[in-house]
Amino acid sequence: MALDGLASLSESLWTAATGTYMLAVVAYTGEYAFGKNGRIAQTSAVQSGSVSSGAVSSGAVRRPALVGGSDSASDSASDSASEPASEPASGLSPAPDQPRYGAGSVESGGPAGRRWGRAAVGLTVLAAAFHLACVTLRGIAVDRVPWGNMYEFTLVVGLMATVAWLATLVKMPQLRYLGLFVMMPVLLVMFLAGTLYTKASKLVPALQSYWLAIHVSAVAVAEGILLTSAAITAMYLVRSRFERHAAAGTAPARLAALGSRLPAAGTLDKAAYRTVAFAFPIYTAGVIFGAIWAEAAWGRYWGWDPKETWAFIAWVVYAMYLHARATAGWKGNRAAYINLLGFGAMTFNFFVVNIVISGLHSYAGLT
Amino acid sequence: MTTPLRLPRPVRQLWRRLVSMRTALVLLFLLALASVPGSLLPQRPLNPPKVQQYLATHGAWGRFLDRIGAFDVFGSIWFSAVYLLLFASLIGCLIPRIAVYARALRARPLKAPRHLDRLAENATLSTGLDADEAAARITRSLRPRWRTAVRTEESGAVAVSAEKGYSREAGNLLFHVSLLAALVLIAAGRSLSYEGSIVTTEGSGFCNRPISYDSFSAGRLAGSGTLADFCIDRLDKFTASYREDGTPAQFKADITYSEDLAAEPRRGVITVNHPLRLKGDRVYLLNHGFSPTVTITRPGRTPVTDTQAFLPQDEVLTSEGAFKLPGRDATEDDDLGLSAVFAPTPVISGGVVSSLAPQATNPVLAVLAYTGELNPGGKPQSVYSLDQKQIAAGKLKQVGAKNLAVGQSLTLPDGTVIRFDGYRQWANLQVSHDPAQTGLLIASILMVAGLLGSLAVRRRRLWVRIAAPDASARRVVSAGGLARNDGGNFSTEFQAIVTELAAVLDAGPPPATVAPSSAAAEKIGAGKD
Repeated sequence: MALDGLASLSESLWTAATGTYMLAVVAYTGEYAFGKNGRIAQTSAVQSGSVSSGAVSSGAVRRPALVGGSDSASDSASDSASEPASEPASGLSPAPDQPRYGAGSVESGGPAGRRWGRAAVGLTVLAAAFHLACVTLRGIAVDRVPWGNMYEFTLVVGLMATVAWLATLVKMPQLRYLGLFVMMPVLLVMFLAGTLYTKASKLVPALQSYWLAIHVSAVAVAEGILLTSAAITAMYLVRSRFERHAAAGTAPARLAALGSRLPAAGTLDKAAYRTVAFAFPIYTAGVIFGAIWAEAAWGRYWGWDPKETWAFIAWVVYAMYLHARATAGWKGNRAAYINLLGFGAMTFNFFVVNIVISGLHSYAGLT
Repeated sequence: MTTPLRLPRPVRQLWRRLVSMRTALVLLFLLALASVPGSLLPQRPLNPPKVQQYLATHGAWGRFLDRIGAFDVFGSIWFSAVYLLLFASLIGCLIPRIAVYARALRARPLKAPRHLDRLAENATLSTGLDADEAAARITRSLRPRWRTAVRTEESGAVAVSAEKGYSREAGNLLFHVSLLAALVLIAAGRSLSYEGSIVTTEGSGFCNRPISYDSFSAGRLAGSGTLADFCIDRLDKFTASYREDGTPAQFKADITYSEDLAAEPRRGVITVNHPLRLKGDRVYLLNHGFSPTVTITRPGRTPVTDTQAFLPQDEVLTSEGAFKLPGRDATEDDDLGLSAVFAPTPVISGGVVSSLAPQATNPVLAVLAYTGELNPGGKPQSVYSLDQKQIAAGKLKQVGAKNLAVGQSLTLPDGTVIRFDGYRQWANLQVSHDPAQTGLLIASILMVAGLLGSLAVRRRRLWVRIAAPDASARRVVSAGGLARNDGGNFSTEFQAIVTELAAVLDAGPPPATVAPSSAAAEKIGAGKD
């Protein structure tokens, strides 16, 4: 009885977390619009016509707002335009790898943008607290680790992504203006979990093993990080197209125009690589843990079950990514597409293989 | 290096192309692509009936897929071709790299470049120390993490070269070598392994002999003579427990087993995630079901009591099976066959018996009795059903039907009495043997260790030059650093190194003639003011 109460409390917390995430997304949108790196700041920079003299040498760009070959240049342009007196030129590093977000430029947005940004982070923390409580109570209600079916697993991956984002903010608060692009996917994940909802229940005998805690958590952590990497890679592709346009002096098309407010392509590329380099050994270990568990549960360590096959495919594709980044002619865009392909294989493994293809991993709880 | 083997030019070119990274990338892509049909099409090793069904419904397309091996992707020639080429490419790439690495381990760190201030990270200090003393102090502070070499240059300056992060390449090589070892062990395991599966009813047992098993498969090198001498003497008791909502809570098999012919029988328990582990063999609990018992008394003959395992048809264990009682004489058509459905928690609607729950609560055995000729050719046939062809051909005639509770009986027109005595449970046990498994586990651990080294270790080069003394008897110390891979923030690392060097050298600000060339130098200068 008491456990049923906990389970329904956990469900209310899902509602609370999702609602709070929605508010956070609204606030991040506010910061994105009104903040220093936001649209309005950019536009006002154009209107006052103050393109910094340091802007890329291919100065024959028809739309000054989109000059982006050098981030620090376009940054100081918007700085000087939007708050000329209140802000000293913030400590922007001249290195090409250190784009617009030099240390100390966190609170450099206008008061509106700053308020939106602070509210967004506060709401994210609150939502994460609801989210954590939701997952924890679910675990207590069913008396086991709370990742025994797709609903629970999705919730955990979403929580991982939020925690990863908050950890990033602690280290690099200047990235806050990109929160919209991280919290939107998390919100989608929350809705997705809602559609996958399964009643709280205990585990079938096949799942009663400590390997559930080890194998699934390793894979969830790796997938959470690889999700981040895929998001960064998408930003990279937009930004690199934008930079190509800027270098050629042509006006970027619709999607590439978004790149004006993103960090430099080199930075994004490096960040995407580092996240994969961090997640790949965890993912490898997760697959090996799965093989060890399969040996104990099913009598063989590997049997080309659809889930195993797609785990293998995703692993091979991410291995390709790591090799491609070290191969001339494959660096940059090609490697980025391979990264997205790997994430595609992993997503396919989670949704299509769980729901459509029957196999030994059919624990979705959806019948 | 001389090449002892002179292969024809095209062969050498082909080999060079095979071991190139581009080829490896293409092969990796093909490997991923080739695996896709293995998950989307039914596979023979996993589910042969599904393959038959697919072939039956897809006609020529199905036959075409069958011909190209699409129903056994991971055993097909093209899949093997891709991974064998990939591993040939890997070996071809690894051997020279191991040689290069071995040489690099013995070599001294590279000479300092002439202009250290042209490196991305550089700093300038000054020291009052003697050049050799300074070099010794620098070397001491860098060890043991850095490998160092001290050289005296033509100009009279002393240069310290340092390098670290050798374990990155070591980790990379370890990963790839372990991957190769893993593949060899998987292949060895395949040919040395065997697997036997058997349905055992409570009270009976089996020994580890190919002939004991309902199904047995063995690798090419796993002869029957190599099977371990153990016996599962008896399945003492099978227990399936369920929760209130009907979901299964635990499946448990209590067994008595002997590790070899001379050993004392021992008690053991097998549950779903906990196989019985013997010396080289594992015994798994894979499935379970019911085995009803009937006593058949034919007029004028000795009563026969028989227990048969029934096959579950659904999750609530509605099970089907058969009892077969040959007649007195092969020529006479007086065999008796029972086709039956066992329902552990029965519900009867429209005369059809099915089960509501997997637990046995007043179970019912629905019996159809036939007489005639059960098996005219004497060929092996399923123990779970009567031959439907014989029934269709009228050679087996139905002579009675009844739903029996435990203790009830059915009397046939000829006076035969069939009594439902009760039921036991059966467990499907699987014996697996793979001697390469432990080695494979070790190889896997080494793979992860190698990956960690390969992706987390940072390769760095550092040079420090202590120039000849100037007029004020101080020496200019210039330092330069190079990050040889992405990862980490080398600027911060370099600043920390310079700060430490400044401390060990009792360094002062750089001489006025030398402009500070980096933030690090400025910082140190400021600190000393």
